Amino acid sequence: MGNYFQEEFECMSPEKIKELQNEKFLRQIKHVYENVPYYRKKMVDKGVNLSDIKSLDDIKKLPFLSKADLKSAYPQGLLAVPLKDCVRIHSTSGTTGKRVVSFYTQADIDMWNDCCARALAAAGGTKDDVCHIAYGYGLFTGGAGLDGGSHKLGCLTVPASSGNTERQIMFIMDLQATILCCTPSYAAYLGEAMKEMGYAPEDIPLKIGIFGAEAWSEEMRRDIEKTLGIKAYDIYGLTEISGPGVAFECSEQKGMHINEDHFYAEIINPDTGEVLPEGEYGELVFSSLDKQAFPLLRYRTRDICRLTREKCSCGRTHIRMEKPKGRSDDMLIIRGVNVFPSQIETVLLNNGYAANYQIIVDRVNNTDTLDVKVEMTPDMFTDNVGEIDERRKTLSDGIKTMLGIKAKVSLVAPKTIARSEGKAVRVIDKRKI
Amino acid sequence: MSIKQISIFLENKPGMLKRMTDVLASHDINIRALSLADTKDFGIVRMLVNDVYVATNILKEENFIASLTPVLAYEISDKAGDLNRLLDKFAAVNVNIEYMYAFAGKKGAYMIFRVADTKKAEAALNGQGLKSLTQDEIADV
Repeated sequence: MGNYFQEEFECMSPEKIKELQNEKFLRQIKHVYENVPYYRKKMVDKGVNLSDIKSLDDIKKLPFLSKADLKSAYPQGLLAVPLKDCVRIHSTSGTTGKRVVSFYTQADIDMWNDCCARALAAAGGTKDDVCHIAYGYGLFTGGAGLDGGSHKLGCLTVPASSGNTERQIMFIMDLQATILCCTPSYAAYLGEAMKEMGYAPEDIPLKIGIFGAEAWSEEMRRDIEKTLGIKAYDIYGLTEISGPGVAFECSEQKGMHINEDHFYAEIINPDTGEVLPEGEYGELVFSSLDKQAFPLLRYRTRDICRLTREKCSCGRTHIRMEKPKGRSDDMLIIRGVNVFPSQIETVLLNNGYAANYQIIVDRVNNTDTLDVKVEMTPDMFTDNVGEIDERRKTLSDGIKTMLGIKAKVSLVAPKTIARSEGKAVRVIDKRKI
Repeated sequence: MSIKQISIFLENKPGMLKRMTDVLASHDINIRALSLADTKDFGIVRMLVNDVYVATNILKEENFIASLTPVLAYEISDKAGDLNRLLDKFAAVNVNIEYMYAFAGKKGAYMIFRVADTKKAEAALNGQGLKSLTQDEIADV
């Protein structure tokens, strides 16, 4: 059975949720139409009037927003309240390198913090916990989001931010931290560092991990759980919609509950934009139902996943999303496994390499082959052949762990990966299927 | 005194070595000694040159990954048993050799050694009657 932060919303009957969403949505579309000329123009261009939107079912008539819109409306084109009513911004480079700035009123921050408090509670957190937050603080939403949630729940909050692993470990041990919030790759790194320092899982006071903001596999989850002696929970979010806490795992760990009273989720066919029925794979689209400052409607996340409304034994009624494996426009299927370049990128970054790589997929004797070329960096170079080969092996093991399939890694000279118009070519698929 | 060897990362494919020697040739760098450690995918070129700083800078400018590694160089006589005598001294002071290579210069023959702890090895081998090469001598011997 679950621990809730706001049971009245988290366990609300599906009919009541729909009613609440409908009411919030009709208020929100009016707010956006009146205060965001950029979106109003998109509606006009699509031939949609405010009067055409009579209920949440009409949301499918509305235009989508994408990363490209955020870029062209940068920085304030999608702001829906006067700047003086905002209390904070957050920003992300996004995986595509374009900067996103998101604005918040105090009410927006409060709502976001509630969402993160729900995530912490769902993982078993209570006000008696010591919550160590090793997500970066600053423009990134990770630190601020979980920090706010931890305060709402009443935990003793340790705003460690990222970096300085030795100090992190000292605080975890000395303050007997019970919850760790950070990226999964940092959790894995921290686990290894603690193991090297001689801490056995039972010596480590941590019991819960809240990990998100990057791709990670089930195998990685088990590794982290083993080295740190914790149960690891996934958390999902994006700066455009608020930050971490848009969705989170409960004790059942069968997908992440979307905070449906605040965010409306749709799955669409990424090619046609058509809304797909529940249970089908497609691109995840979010609408903020009550965000004031930066209320995005039908924002295309480019994340591919599916939704289920099947009853969850934790008691929550909110719809669940499957962990997205990556972006819609760059997925590869290799030996039947979905592979996203971002996953390989994560492995490289975890191991201290720059993200200069190329994935070459081919088919030899009816079997797919995966070769990953990684550009050597001065930092990674040593005069010792064995050591370099060891590093290459570490990368290939890391990719195996992340993807579940074997990859041949080769280290190549700097600046040798083909670039077209200045942008590196990341994927070459030579298969003739 | 230890001397500075340039170590360069090269992909194991046709033309890579030539790309490197092109760069060196166009800047009048004279290679005094060279050895190559290879694997299936990549190799490391190790060499002593007449001007180590110019060579390192131009290689880096041309996008090679090059680093400096301290090595020890000792003169040996061009006669049977002399390398054995030299290695005796390494063994006597318990210095482990990671790799070594040789070159015959204008005036004599030399052995170049990479050891784990250069400073310690140098101190231990000092006063054993060995003739070591200095950085300045590389260009001339």
